[in-house]
Amino acid sequence: MRALVWHGKEDIRCDTVTDPEIEDGRDVIVKVTSCAICGSDLHLFHNLIPAMLPGDVMGHETMGEVVETGRGLNGKLKKGDRVVVPFTIVCGECDQCKRGYFSVCQKSNRKKYLADKVFGHGTAGLFGYSHLTGGYPGGQAEYLRVPFADSTVQKVPEGIPDEKLLFLSDIFPTGWQAAVQADIQPTDTVAVWGCGPVGQMTIRSAILLGAEQVVAIDHLPERLEMAEAAGAITINFEEENVVERLNELTGGEGPEKCIDCIGMESHVSLSMPDTVYDRAKQIFMAESDRPHVLREMIYVCRPGGLISIPGVYGGLSDKIPMGAAMNKGLTFRMGQTHVQRWTADLLRRIEEDQIDPSFVITHEAPLDMGPEMYRTFRDKQDSCIKVVLKP
Amino acid sequence: MTNISLLPGLPNIARSEGDPKVLRSGPSSRGIPDSIAKGLGWFSLGLGLTELLAPMRITRTLGMEGKEALVRAYGAREIGSGILSLSIDKKLGLWSRVAGDGLDIATVMTALRPNNPKRDNVVVALALLLGITAIDLIDAQATTMRHSRGLGRRRSYRDRTGFPRGVQASRGAARDFKTPPDLRHAPPLAAVSKHAPTA
Repeated sequence: MRALVWHGKEDIRCDTVTDPEIEDGRDVIVKVTSCAICGSDLHLFHNLIPAMLPGDVMGHETMGEVVETGRGLNGKLKKGDRVVVPFTIVCGECDQCKRGYFSVCQKSNRKKYLADKVFGHGTAGLFGYSHLTGGYPGGQAEYLRVPFADSTVQKVPEGIPDEKLLFLSDIFPTGWQAAVQADIQPTDTVAVWGCGPVGQMTIRSAILLGAEQVVAIDHLPERLEMAEAAGAITINFEEENVVERLNELTGGEGPEKCIDCIGMESHVSLSMPDTVYDRAKQIFMAESDRPHVLREMIYVCRPGGLISIPGVYGGLSDKIPMGAAMNKGLTFRMGQTHVQRWTADLLRRIEEDQIDPSFVITHEAPLDMGPEMYRTFRDKQDSCIKVVLKP
Repeated sequence: MTNISLLPGLPNIARSEGDPKVLRSGPSSRGIPDSIAKGLGWFSLGLGLTELLAPMRITRTLGMEGKEALVRAYGAREIGSGILSLSIDKKLGLWSRVAGDGLDIATVMTALRPNNPKRDNVVVALALLLGITAIDLIDAQATTMRHSRGLGRRRSYRDRTGFPRGVQASRGAARDFKTPPDLRHAPPLAAVSKHAPTA
């Protein structure tokens, strides 16, 4: 089969690889009909996430049709089922899964010993996201083996186009969880840093959940335009001072809820000296993450407020103003998304036309064009916000 | 299972038995200018280390004795350019190489004096420098163009609401959602005020 394969920093290729096979009774093989490039794939593209190996298949936003099943599925899945494959692989049986904390499933990471060394305790297995999360081949491919398939995948009905359903695999639940874990109240101002795909989903989730005002922060005009289309107030950080503007919008008190949809690769600009400092340290491997957004959120957030972090951080962050965070009594909520906790509810909301997540797609291309599309997406060329690939 | 931290660059080493293996490789996302930038980055590192560790050999070859400190400083600069050229900020690395080439040429030109017994070496060094400057310049321009955000159309997304029922109707449309107990935060002020004891 063909698959997008990681060969090193900025080196993705559409390779011919061996087909996946059923390895366990709870496995299924999915023939991929649509897959997408995620912003967090760019961290792998930039080789900032440890434990990638040349030859690893990329991708964790995938959907398709079940074409082969293991023998231990107890009739829960059959050939021909249409499924969305969340990026988190979950056993559905461990204590964490029972509590709904699927992204920290205790059983699905087959290389947990590596994650134990790096994180203290390992987390769930993820598709196409380094050997720290199990080294599972990803779904930017023609076929995908899904372990623990009966508890991992979300069955979806026929008749709704892939484009509306695909993002149940990651960015829609990720944006939703980012907003839900902020426990948005009708009087809240919610500030969202980053108007990439996750930011856009977060903005729409916050609006659906009834925030009084949603403020979107970015510097790319097309992304700000897309945020504005959903009813967000926008701040272009290259033209306005973010802290001043947020204070102005909240009567000088700061937003109650701040959401970081950027993560470890904050934009670097001479007008924000800490970002230059972070980038220099990152180049010399003295720091793995660039946490400018985190610093700004801690500074501007209202005392007693909440900081929600769906953006991916990979390792070590420097100069985090813990004094401000502690004294202001901020609550932090973060983590990889517990996708399976939200998918059924979000599928209903798509079916009821509360939201159509396909709005975010700006580019569609065949799988072979994947390497080129990685570059287009990374360099933000052609007003690219979200790429869907068709194997 | 092999410990991958000991063998970070080897393919298939920590991969599980049934996982897909590469049979045939396709074209890379890395273009020719990117590959040249990588080569120039390694070249910078090599040259920079030489300048830093053996400046005497360079000054003697060019008849520029006494300039060892300057050569060492250029070595440090070269290493900086090399690291940047190998990073994702390669454009910055390549343009810093171009600027560095200018400095190198200006410095070596000072050794073109008629009484320099190594004048022939200086001419060769200048020819090499001009050659590498041309490569640097071409690659810096090609890399800048290849990764420029300006490539492609500027599109408008003003109509991409994502809300089939419209923005106004969608505000609060998901209020039927009950925040799970483990994700609750501070209640709204109105809810607290209701129960607050009166003075």
